[in-house]
Amino acid sequence: MSENTDTTLAPPAPPKKNTLGARITAIFENKYIGWPALGIALVMPFITASAYSLNVMTTALIFVVLAAGLNIVVGYCGLLDLGYIAFLAVGAYTAGILSKMFELPVLFTLPAVIVMTVLAGLLIGAPTLRLRSDYLAIVTLGFGEITRITANNLQVTGGPSGIFGIPSFLTIGELDLQQPVIFYYITVLIVAGLVLAAARLGKSRLGRAWRYVKEDEDAAEAMGIHTYKVKLLAYIFGAVWGGFAGILFASHLSAVSPQSFLFLQSALVLMAVVLGGMGNMKGVVIGALVISLLPELLRDFAEYRYLVFGVLLVVVMVFRPQGFWPARGHEPERKMTAVDAAVAEGRSR
Amino acid sequence: MSQIIWDGLFVGSFYALIALGYSMVYGIIKLLNFAHGDLYMLGAFIGFAVLASFGGLATSLGLFALIIVMMLSMVITGTVGVVIERLAYRPLRGAPRLAVLITAVGASFTLEYGIAAIAGPNPRGFPIRLTGDVFLVLGARVTLPQIVLMIIAGLLMIALDTYIRRTSTGRAMRAISLDMKGALLMGVNVNAVISRTFFIGSALAGAAGVMAGAYYGKIDFLMGFIIGLKAFTAAVIGGIGNIRGAMLGGLVLGLIEAFGSELVGGQWRDAFAFAVLILFLTLRPTGILGERVTERV
Repeated sequence: MSENTDTTLAPPAPPKKNTLGARITAIFENKYIGWPALGIALVMPFITASAYSLNVMTTALIFVVLAAGLNIVVGYCGLLDLGYIAFLAVGAYTAGILSKMFELPVLFTLPAVIVMTVLAGLLIGAPTLRLRSDYLAIVTLGFGEITRITANNLQVTGGPSGIFGIPSFLTIGELDLQQPVIFYYITVLIVAGLVLAAARLGKSRLGRAWRYVKEDEDAAEAMGIHTYKVKLLAYIFGAVWGGFAGILFASHLSAVSPQSFLFLQSALVLMAVVLGGMGNMKGVVIGALVISLLPELLRDFAEYRYLVFGVLLVVVMVFRPQGFWPARGHEPERKMTAVDAAVAEGRSR
Repeated sequence: MSQIIWDGLFVGSFYALIALGYSMVYGIIKLLNFAHGDLYMLGAFIGFAVLASFGGLATSLGLFALIIVMMLSMVITGTVGVVIERLAYRPLRGAPRLAVLITAVGASFTLEYGIAAIAGPNPRGFPIRLTGDVFLVLGARVTLPQIVLMIIAGLLMIALDTYIRRTSTGRAMRAISLDMKGALLMGVNVNAVISRTFFIGSALAGAAGVMAGAYYGKIDFLMGFIIGLKAFTAAVIGGIGNIRGAMLGGLVLGLIEAFGSELVGGQWRDAFAFAVLILFLTLRPTGILGERVTERV
């Protein structure tokens, strides 16, 4: 700001800059906050690399992908999906079935998984996205249950016991990428890429359309946004993210069973998005980490944790209907002009 | 054939009883009360707790004791429903739909896992098991408890229908569902009426819970989830917000399910019901008896 040589304008002075809260906000609103986060994720195995902690961390990261995907649907576009875990199921089952059937490394099932999740997104979204929001919520809930019941009853999905003994992620010569540490790093990189992509998507032209649809669907329609198409795209992107999580999930556990795809799981992912702040990708990542790591840290309260989650959902919504840490104004780059500063300080020019 | 119809009607009357509460709440404040199915579960657990604490005395009295317990359970679940509305839904009455829906999911979670924390996560056997003579009516096996339960459900529904059509509170409810602000300006105590709606709806769910517990003999803390979905489906089929529609929808859903499980196998029953829901919502979102609502102003 010192380059500002225009003497008629006072140097911009955002109000209350020095409070602790404002500083913390400034740190979190920083564009480059993702890099230190990635750094921490990369360093973690040097701090603790027991089988247990690697398992917990990998699971948490997979959960982050899920939350990022649901954030596209709920946070950006404002469509409540209560059966989101179905996309994880589609991804995980596709990866598991194909890699086991053809003895392929799980990584090679990626194209099939993407195709399948896009199809699943279309299948769920196409007939239902014209519905009112609360109808949509209950229909997605129904779809989630249908997916689970289907997985439970089909031959190809292995019925209630599911699929186990899924081949390794990828083996290059002697190097088996399925080893916990290596798999953790692979997960870190994939998750970082997906989170970044989701965040960029939110800032794209499509992302702005999503936010518009969320704020006011009628106005968006009137301004020439094809709301149905835009909503469907949100759904499909969310589904693909779920599919990626499914590949990692199937590979990480090397087993898939219907028990992993209960409504409870959908609610937990939703919880992560809400807690993190709908539409704010950084917040959602933190929310997902909190939701998946907290129970591990609070093992003693295991019986009460879902109760606590339920109460928390209500409390957060009652006191902060936009989420705990909602998306800020959509133009963070905009600097405060002298006029704005004057207005903010309440003095007249 | 007549066996299938009878079974369908019997299950359907349960669905209808729960769908009524769903439909009432939706009709009046346009809120999907996800916690409604869990109030059914709560009713079953309260019935269980009361019966278990009175032990042999209650079981020896049989059906009479069951009706007393059912009334007690209705009062408690009704109160819980009112409390949920007061704490979780009322503060959000002007908030975006999404926030309210998420709150409802949170309320449902709280009830489910609250009960799981108190009563333990394992299924419980209900102390009273209704057994009775079996009649053969037109080739269908009909048991005495089935008839009694259906009569109770029917009476509750008729009472509710009369209440809404004949009393001043019922008129106030209809007024609020048409235009909340208008009702407020005409001197209706909106909050009190909404509270009462929640009380009645929740009490009906509680009654259904006790009846289901006594009939099926087994209760667990997640039993409300699926039935809540089914009740919503029934409400949608009948035309949500419409009381008679909810009754009709419940019976229709019961029949659809009975025929569906005959057709595609029992393990697909729930999937079949939800598929019907989706089909119905896409083809006729207003249901059988629902009026076309203008969604946007």
